[in-house]
Amino acid sequence: MKQIAPPLYGLLAEFDTPNELVRAARATYAAGYRRIDAFTPFPIEELSEAIGFAQNKLALIVLIGGILGGLFGFGLQYWASAITYPINVGGRPTNSWPAFIPITFEMTVLFAALAAVLGMLALNGLPQPYHPAFNVPRFALASNDRFFLMIAKADPLFTHQGTHEFLKSLNPREVSDIDE
Amino acid sequence: MAEREPMMAEKVVPPIMEPGYTFATVTDKISSIVLTHKTPRGWYIGFGISFALFMMFLYAVSVLFVRGIGVWGVNIPVGWGFAIVNFVWWIGIGHAGTLISAILLLLKQDWRTSINRFAEAMTLFAVACAGVYPLLHLGRPWLAYWLFPYPNTMSVWPQFRSPLIWDVFAVSTYAIVSLMFWFVGLIPDLATLRDRATGRVQKVIYGLLAMGWRGSAKHWSRYETMYLLLAGLATPLVVSVHTVVSFDFAISILPGWHTTIFPPYFVAGAIYSGFAMVMTLAIPIRKFYHLEGFITMRHLQNMSKVMLAMGLVVAYGYGMEIFMGLLYSGNPHEHFQTVNRITGPYGIFYAALILCNILTPQLMWMRRTRNSVWALFVISIIVNIGMWLERFVIVVSSLSRDFLPSSWGMYAGTRYDWMTFVGSIGLFLTLLFLFLRFLPTISIFEVRAMLPAAAIKEKH
Repeated sequence: MKQIAPPLYGLLAEFDTPNELVRAARATYAAGYRRIDAFTPFPIEELSEAIGFAQNKLALIVLIGGILGGLFGFGLQYWASAITYPINVGGRPTNSWPAFIPITFEMTVLFAALAAVLGMLALNGLPQPYHPAFNVPRFALASNDRFFLMIAKADPLFTHQGTHEFLKSLNPREVSDIDE
Repeated sequence: MAEREPMMAEKVVPPIMEPGYTFATVTDKISSIVLTHKTPRGWYIGFGISFALFMMFLYAVSVLFVRGIGVWGVNIPVGWGFAIVNFVWWIGIGHAGTLISAILLLLKQDWRTSINRFAEAMTLFAVACAGVYPLLHLGRPWLAYWLFPYPNTMSVWPQFRSPLIWDVFAVSTYAIVSLMFWFVGLIPDLATLRDRATGRVQKVIYGLLAMGWRGSAKHWSRYETMYLLLAGLATPLVVSVHTVVSFDFAISILPGWHTTIFPPYFVAGAIYSGFAMVMTLAIPIRKFYHLEGFITMRHLQNMSKVMLAMGLVVAYGYGMEIFMGLLYSGNPHEHFQTVNRITGPYGIFYAALILCNILTPQLMWMRRTRNSVWALFVISIIVNIGMWLERFVIVVSSLSRDFLPSSWGMYAGTRYDWMTFVGSIGLFLTLLFLFLRFLPTISIFEVRAMLPAAAIKEKH
């Protein structure tokens, strides 16, 4: 039986230093490629702007989480103490709001922190057990000491031959095919 | 001039990291501690002792559950005893981890990088130890879920105006946020372990925990935003948690407890004892795993300076308590309580805590002390003991001598109190040893980012 070659996902170029990667990423973006990503063993601030990644929505999600948490925290106490189970102790107000502040604060922080972590994971699409890049054996070094640039096949400018040559011109250590 | 040279040399600030490391050697050095198949014999010895102490804890707790709270020394008038002393002590220790990981991050203190991971682990385990005590102290711990507001057949709700309920919310929020902070900090390093693991089991477990992290630039960008926001949230949280813990005392009307200085003084004490504990742990760990290249003298010196500063804030707190009690408040009960705390039946503990918390740490003013690993290790243990004594004096001396002399009484821990206390140190160390064996002790990706090679040199 003839072996069917797996479809191509994109091309991966490997660099030795963060500087080379950032330069290559800028050149790739300038050449008009848009479906690009870079993989590094630690965060590099310049890189996300080099591949044209605009700032994210996370801060807004955290703000909304915090506001909802605060409303929930205060609402819970108000509802329990003033509406569903009011106790009159010597005519003291059932809505004794200053005493409700500590829990309101804690709930604000809790919901905002949950929103931050879950929001980050959701926006990043994690957990994601499989990604085509993992098919390249050398990609394991992306979590150690190598710096990778990827151009996906989905990019309108992508041609196997042309993009391969373009990546070669950026002086990488190696360019490899990513199988789907 | 020649004889002045050694002094000049001493003044040179040690580096945050020994020079000569590369991305690959950093990865190797830290991940090999976890990925090695040969567990060092010292680990087995340490884990064995800790686990034995943990078993003692379980034994003491089993006796408590079977025979009831009477096996402890608590009674009227001293109803709080060791359980609350240990609770406050442990939760205070936990606070340094959050301080190091969150506040020092916001203040851009680079030296935090090699100690934040295990300081956060320490936070988590200390909060676990702390959380156990109020539950054991309930008397009917199987009804602990009554503390949380949930719709129930009794149609009653917790008393939201009580600081004890604030405590439930503050400590559980703190535990959850600390856990998340620690775990998301681990994700990139778990990916490193996944990629370097050789065994099938290791690969699968680290792979599952890493959740498919691949170091994408887009992921890093959101990750960094998240980490910064989480640090910003954890900072007021850590202050609020110990403030709420101090409210457990300050909201009551007992002389010696009913004071507005408690919240700031408790927070300072928490940071103080926490840094002492980080030091107590960091010194043997760096020695045993040969991590002197990452946890340098610079870290120990900086921590000793933080301890010195916090120790002085705590000293101010003690001074202000005496000033309020004796000179300012004019309240006869406060006056009596202040004198009683110093010269009463528990006066010896007060003297010991002044010696441990105020006098001994002053040695750290000297550069020679800050340069001596042994001296810092001993001082940090003394401060840990001192901070435990402080909580003991606060809890017990006020309760044992309240307004009516007819209701006075003495308190001492029983053997089960001591077994639970020492046993909880066993629980803490057991978790710590497991952490050291199975997870990277130092944040690998953050150390990589600190290397000179990581800096981007702009070419235009």
